[in-house]
Amino acid sequence: MAEIAEGGGGNEKGGKKRAKKSSTRVDMTPMVDLAFLLLTFFVMTSTFNKPKVMSLVYPAKIEDEPNPPKQPQINNAVTFLLTEDKIYYYEGQYFSAGNPQGKPATVLSETNFGPNGVRKYLAERNAYVIKNVEQLDSKLTREQKKLMAEGEKDTIYERKVIEFKKHKDALKVLVKTDDKATCKNFIDLIDELKIAQIGVIAPVDLLASELELIKAKQ
Amino acid sequence: MSKIKIPKHSPSIDMTPMVDLAFLLVTFFMLAASIRNPEPVEVVTPSSISDKIIPEKILLVTIDKGGRVFLNLSGIEARKELIQNMSAKYKVGFNEKQIETFAYMTTFGCTMKELPGYLDMPAEDRKKYETKGIPSDTTNNQLKDWIFYGNIAALNSGKTDYENAKLEGKNPDINDFKPKFVLRVDGKAVYVHAQNVIDVFRDLRLNNLNFVTSAETAPN
Repeated sequence: MAEIAEGGGGNEKGGKKRAKKSSTRVDMTPMVDLAFLLLTFFVMTSTFNKPKVMSLVYPAKIEDEPNPPKQPQINNAVTFLLTEDKIYYYEGQYFSAGNPQGKPATVLSETNFGPNGVRKYLAERNAYVIKNVEQLDSKLTREQKKLMAEGEKDTIYERKVIEFKKHKDALKVLVKTDDKATCKNFIDLIDELKIAQIGVIAPVDLLASELELIKAKQ
Repeated sequence: MSKIKIPKHSPSIDMTPMVDLAFLLVTFFMLAASIRNPEPVEVVTPSSISDKIIPEKILLVTIDKGGRVFLNLSGIEARKELIQNMSAKYKVGFNEKQIETFAYMTTFGCTMKELPGYLDMPAEDRKKYETKGIPSDTTNNQLKDWIFYGNIAALNSGKTDYENAKLEGKNPDINDFKPKFVLRVDGKAVYVHAQNVIDVFRDLRLNNLNFVTSAETAPN
């Protein structure tokens, strides 16, 4: 292909016999073909980035425990209600219309997955944790950061972060989904919660009255 | 007068650098890449900022777009123990060859009734076989048993690995040898499907779950 045979053919003039000059070069074309074939094969079949995992601890089922603990008074909590590509939320406890405590009925607010939607909201609401974790980060020395990037666990740092996340000023989140929400919606929301450094995330079941509220909104 | 000689250029090109480069790349890809495992279902996972790499010892439950449930357990020994326990529980007999096939297989999703036939198929046919997934409804919750026995099998094989690591003079952490429970859900699947599977895990008091996600850069 790339090599053209030289000096071949039958132009022998005058009967003079010459020793045939054979080229010292080797035809490398088949080798190159093979090399590229292998190359294509490996490029196609290989996966580089191993998939990542996002861990999430679900609350234990209540019937598991012999004496179900009293519903703790959740302070500083927000409940997200997920439906197809939409997020509704309300703060604090749920109050139905005409509840005996005489509190105003819960009204849902709407937000979206955009950077100005849920992310901005969470950053504002969870400012306490974000600020404190940032401060902790800034105190870390370069060596500590390097060690942590290499997988070494700085337990004091981690313990402090967890302490902040469990503080009473930290935002706690309940996630409820209706039957139209997709897994992508759910994971996107959990991801936003992790970005906002929220430590207490509880995926719980939707109440029938909350489903009514979602339906009324649509 | 002398003749003007035109220097003869050989029409061949020196291919050596190209070959060098090609083989360099081949070597690089061979060493750097891991071969993609053939999976019976195509699942597009959502993305997250998490940078935790998927653990080695896992019990993986895959949920596809339509809500079909598939299972995978890592470890050949663990898989052998799992299928033997399941065979005793459901009174479905497996021969040596079927157990061997099961041990070296990856993700599967069929009922216990279908399983012997599924294992007898050649690998090519298995790929094409349309399964309905592992049943996980309340009347016929095979998934619960798969997870229950899978956990036990993985714990047992993890224990042996732990003892071996100890004998080798390492200082192993027992928690590294416990299986992690991983869910791989399709982004388009309705969350209710995932919730059913999660409830099965929670019924077995396995509350710490992981979701497989593809990487995404974190916003500042």
